[in-house]
Amino acid sequence: VSQLGAGTTNRPDNTAFDQQRLPAWQPVLSAGIVIPGFLLVGLAFIGIGVALFVTSRSIQVLENDYTGTGSSVHCSECVNPKTTPCTCQLNFSLSALFQGPVFLYYGLSNYFQNLWGDLSKSPSSSCAPYQYDQNTTIAPCGSVANSMFNDTFTLYQLVNATRKTVPLDGKGIAWWTDYNIKFRNPPEVDGSLAAAFNGTVKPVNWPKPVYDLDPTNPANNGFLNQDFLVWMRTAALPDFWKLYRRITEGEYASGLPAGNYTLEIQYNYPVANFAGRKSVIFSNTSWMGGKNQFLGIAYLVTGSLCVVMSAVMLIVYAKFNSPDEDF
Amino acid sequence: MLRRGLNRLFGGDERRVDSRTVYVGHQPCPSTQAFVPPKFCDNRIVSSKYTVWNFLPKNLFEQFRRIANFYFLIIFLVQVSDRPGDPDHKKIKVGDIVEVLEDETFPCDLILLGSSRDDDTCFVTTASLDGESNHKTHYTVPDLESDLEVLNATIECEQPQPDLYKFVGRMHIHKDGQEPAVRSLGPENLLLKGATLKNTRVVYGVAVYTGMETKMALNYQGKSQKRSVVEKSINGFLLVYLCILLSKALVCTTLKYVWQNQRGQDEPWYNQKTQKEKEFLKMFTDFLSFMVLFNFIIPVSMYVTVEMQKFLGSFFITWDRDFYDREIQEGALVNTSDLNEELGQVEYVFTDKTGTLTQNNMEFIECSIDGFQYKYQDSRTELDGFCVTDGPVSKLQQKAGREELFLRALCLCHTVQVKEAGQGVGFADQVDGVDVASAVEQRGFIASSPDEVALVKGAMKYGFTFLGLESKSMKILNRNNKIEKYELLHVLNFDPVRRRMSVIVRSPDGETLLFCKGADSSIFPRVRQEEVERIRMHVERNATEGYRTLCVAYKRLTDEVFARVDAELREARLALQDREERLVAVYNQVEKGMNLIGATAVEDRLQEEAAETMEALQSAGIKVWVLTGDKMETAKSTCYACRLFQRSTELLELTVRTLEEGGRKRGERLHELLLDYHKRAVQDAPPPKGGVTRSVKAWLNEEYGFIIDGTTLSLLLNASSDVVSSNYRSLFLQICQNCTAVLCCRMAPLQKAQIVKMVKNSKGNPITLSIGDGANDVSMILEAHVGIGIKGKEGRQAVRNSDYAIPKLKHLKKLLLAHGHLYYVRIAHLVQYFFYKNLCFILPQFLYQFFCGYSQQPLYDAAYLTMYNICFTSMPILAYSLLEQHICIEILEVAKNAMLRWGPFLCWTLLGIFQGLLFFFGVHCLFGNSALQDNGQVFGNWSFGTIVFTILVFTVTLKLALDTRHWTWINHFVIWGSLAFYVFFSFFWGGIIWPFLKQQRLYFVFANMLSSVSAWLVIILLILLSLLPDILWAVLPDPHLRGDTRQLI
Repeated sequence: VSQLGAGTTNRPDNTAFDQQRLPAWQPVLSAGIVIPGFLLVGLAFIGIGVALFVTSRSIQVLENDYTGTGSSVHCSECVNPKTTPCTCQLNFSLSALFQGPVFLYYGLSNYFQNLWGDLSKSPSSSCAPYQYDQNTTIAPCGSVANSMFNDTFTLYQLVNATRKTVPLDGKGIAWWTDYNIKFRNPPEVDGSLAAAFNGTVKPVNWPKPVYDLDPTNPANNGFLNQDFLVWMRTAALPDFWKLYRRITEGEYASGLPAGNYTLEIQYNYPVANFAGRKSVIFSNTSWMGGKNQFLGIAYLVTGSLCVVMSAVMLIVYAKFNSPDEDF
Repeated sequence: MLRRGLNRLFGGDERRVDSRTVYVGHQPCPSTQAFVPPKFCDNRIVSSKYTVWNFLPKNLFEQFRRIANFYFLIIFLVQVSDRPGDPDHKKIKVGDIVEVLEDETFPCDLILLGSSRDDDTCFVTTASLDGESNHKTHYTVPDLESDLEVLNATIECEQPQPDLYKFVGRMHIHKDGQEPAVRSLGPENLLLKGATLKNTRVVYGVAVYTGMETKMALNYQGKSQKRSVVEKSINGFLLVYLCILLSKALVCTTLKYVWQNQRGQDEPWYNQKTQKEKEFLKMFTDFLSFMVLFNFIIPVSMYVTVEMQKFLGSFFITWDRDFYDREIQEGALVNTSDLNEELGQVEYVFTDKTGTLTQNNMEFIECSIDGFQYKYQDSRTELDGFCVTDGPVSKLQQKAGREELFLRALCLCHTVQVKEAGQGVGFADQVDGVDVASAVEQRGFIASSPDEVALVKGAMKYGFTFLGLESKSMKILNRNNKIEKYELLHVLNFDPVRRRMSVIVRSPDGETLLFCKGADSSIFPRVRQEEVERIRMHVERNATEGYRTLCVAYKRLTDEVFARVDAELREARLALQDREERLVAVYNQVEKGMNLIGATAVEDRLQEEAAETMEALQSAGIKVWVLTGDKMETAKSTCYACRLFQRSTELLELTVRTLEEGGRKRGERLHELLLDYHKRAVQDAPPPKGGVTRSVKAWLNEEYGFIIDGTTLSLLLNASSDVVSSNYRSLFLQICQNCTAVLCCRMAPLQKAQIVKMVKNSKGNPITLSIGDGANDVSMILEAHVGIGIKGKEGRQAVRNSDYAIPKLKHLKKLLLAHGHLYYVRIAHLVQYFFYKNLCFILPQFLYQFFCGYSQQPLYDAAYLTMYNICFTSMPILAYSLLEQHICIEILEVAKNAMLRWGPFLCWTLLGIFQGLLFFFGVHCLFGNSALQDNGQVFGNWSFGTIVFTILVFTVTLKLALDTRHWTWINHFVIWGSLAFYVFFSFFWGGIIWPFLKQQRLYFVFANMLSSVSAWLVIILLILLSLLPDILWAVLPDPHLRGDTRQLI
């Protein structure tokens, strides 16, 4: 609804823009471009696909479900524990070297860490209902923090019937930026982190306060606890892995040698009441990350599709080109 | 409208009676005891869309007619314009005596009381009312006192009516002590507002209808906001998307409760809620939350973009130099930018004739005397291989005699009046504006038909000048500068059935001569056949050229014959019964056995490139209808000249003439003719095949043209019963739709609008366009989907009420076929693209609900959600919709209005769904193992969303890039710029700890994503896969689809 003046006497300007005559590139997707293009893209994709597929095949993954219910036999004694904390053993043997560096993940299934909780609410109520515990501020607040995974794992290699501890490295499991920039502890009071958290209480479901998460390493406490950071990077899907430890030290730096191993699990985290499952995973990685067959197959399929289509188009054009010229 | 409503309220008493009483000069009348000044409306006319008072409510109403216009509470431009007019005019009240000078337009409807002319007449031209530019004679009320000051009279007349040619009234003249004298008033006494006084120094009249009650104002139609068909399509699509939105929210809400009923899923221990709401309320809030989550599927930003596109796009019309006219020093004018795209979908063009197709400028082109062709160039020359020095002298003399006879006939056989010398500036206002330097030739002629003037002027060029009629004798200045006097004995008037007119004169040497001129078809049977053949060739050739041809014949009357004829004519004139019929009988008897002298060709000069324009429109599949108030013959010859009718076109005529043939009742004849034409044009015609061009059709002789006149049309529309009427209507429409061109002549302004309306509402709701230049075209301009005004000579009425105004008719071609077509393609693509991009934007968000326990968890970060439509994807489509030229602008293309149908919409929607599914499940598969880096660290939900979003932004932008056929630097800039901006923004947004955000969700998510090879690979793969259908579509060797444009090139 506008009245545009035409300009009473002025002749319109003779600019290319005004006259809609801007120089323009007018590409036409012709068969001459598309057929070789498809062929090249297809071949490149097949190449990438093969590389991905081979790489993914070479990645070793060892996954053990230790929920203790259903098909899983491990840790069934801990489902209805008489004593808490309940500890159970998971024995496995490796027939060959498990190429390092080996990463130890825990996996949860049917667990909705991405529930609309404190992830998306407005800042004022972002922690509800886990903001206050009897009018004292909870630190860290929120339901994600409150439900932090608290099973612990210790790995032993059985060498001549003696248990030899495999050192698990808890550093570098969280994003570097999370550890160094995004999360900060409150300034220590008199050199004590505990004092800095004065006036707050631990989350309802936590056995220990936040400044006491890792008794072995005082630097790994508070909001900078790496397990806490990993947990706080909420999973995208209800079935997920999270990095627990890396095996990078000593003689295990190059991998887990063949032999028998025992994983001692402190079973704390209840999943049975929402039909969830817990598992523990040993995996190594490659340049493409963890094992994922999907990418390789997808690339192979797409690449072949492109090649086939270029062939089909070639045939179609060879057949219909001559009548086409009659235009 | 508001004011009119109030008038209706306050003037209620007056309105209930069928007639109004006007007190001339507001003199109280002795016969009425109490003089109550009646209330009539004032003399203001509101033709602007808004006034100061109704702007706000009216505009709000119109804005809210669109579904999603809550956005536009801020209205950009205040359109308050009142009709510019002499402020004095507004003060005129009914009963005022008004003085009008020569060349002034009448300020209101007046009853003529006095004229400066001796014969109590005045001349008026109604060009701006009905398009007829000839001079009409109006008469004063008979036997009035000359002193209007003492006149004491009342006028009783009917209530205002829109019919321009109808008026019934009575005037009571009161004189002291005498019975009031009564005079009857008819349309010949009424001077209409909008008409112009000509050739009369001054007239006095009493105002009977003022302001909105004048006949001109009643022929206006209420101006309602025109809505583009595109907008209607958008509303339809929007409804579909609203349904999708609702069903998505419903599905999610339902599934949420189904899922939560499973054991352990209702708020597991890790996500307990404190407050317990009522179940129903909770469900409702859940539903609303889902609505909020998915509401981005409704492309609200599209309305902003569409509005911007229309606003900015219309500048290209105003800026176009091809629309610039040197004469008036103006270019095109855009009054509304809402209808740009409508221009490209026009199926019917309704055009006015006078001033639109023609320049309304008659010119004598050539004549043919005894088979020799004369063409006036600068000097008198003869064509046709005849040379003056050639041949025997006797023959030469004979020829010269015939020549002079012919020219005398031209000078005598007419009803032209000479404009008195020294009156006014003279020439400038004449209908024939040919400036000739000579002083003798600078005289003005007045005639009821402009081609009579052209003929007299033509004779003048050959040396015979008509000097005027003086006491029953016609004076002619001949070649030798001698004055010849002919006594005018009788004028045998023109009528459309006879299609000729004659005069009987007595020459200076005592001979009684009858000169007759008329259409070839009416002259040829009445002359000696051996003379016909020589002339016929010329006449036919001239007619094909589109000239108006007339044949001239003469006859010597012996004294006895003349005496008999004279007696018969006098007797017939006095007859009280069947006067017309008796006169015609006498005429026909006299006009027999004549000698054919020659033929003339007069050109009603067409507008520049009128024929080319019409041909281009027709070849683009647009049907052209000519609606004119003019006579059928004139209009028909214009149609031939414009090549709307070809020689091979079979004309189906439905006029008073054809109705009266066969001597049956009109109704029966109408019925019969309609059925006959329907059979010929519709039933017998082979079904239209695609690709059969007009020339082929013409060659096959399948072309039909249809002619109807106003009287027949009203007969047709107001048939006895509704059933018959609707039956006639559909027959009429079917016939017209099968004709290449339709001519409607003798139309009143409202009838023009009626026709437009009828076509507009016919099956398929075709898009109509009206083009005209005068006030008589306003109603049809307002009625049609698109109204175009020509910045012509007849004032600015049409321009003011039009949607677009162009200086010349020839500009219509580019306006419709180039601009309109481009706008349509642009906006259609814009609309479809917007729906598509929002669908594939929100579909992953919907799918994500299945993987987050229906907890309304958004997939994308809030910044991405808001920026998607505003920043990341808006500029490329806006640039596209302003600059795209899928074909070169020089190549005019056939209008196809298929891009906003449900078919393409479905394709776009399917594409959106396909891509949305691909984005989500592709990334979902990738996240089967969320460790995407070689350091074993895992990615979370925001990484998931960001990967999907990155693929989405790149895909929709590249999809547009694939569709872009015309890459200017602006396109390059915005397309690549948008992508670069997205990358830059993501780095920036994720690179800083923002103090105002409590949660730094996206902190380093984007950078981390880019450090993962798998993420890169999946992005490339999914973009390529999403675009694959488009690439395939583009190279699809489909000759049917691709061949179209190629054929045209």
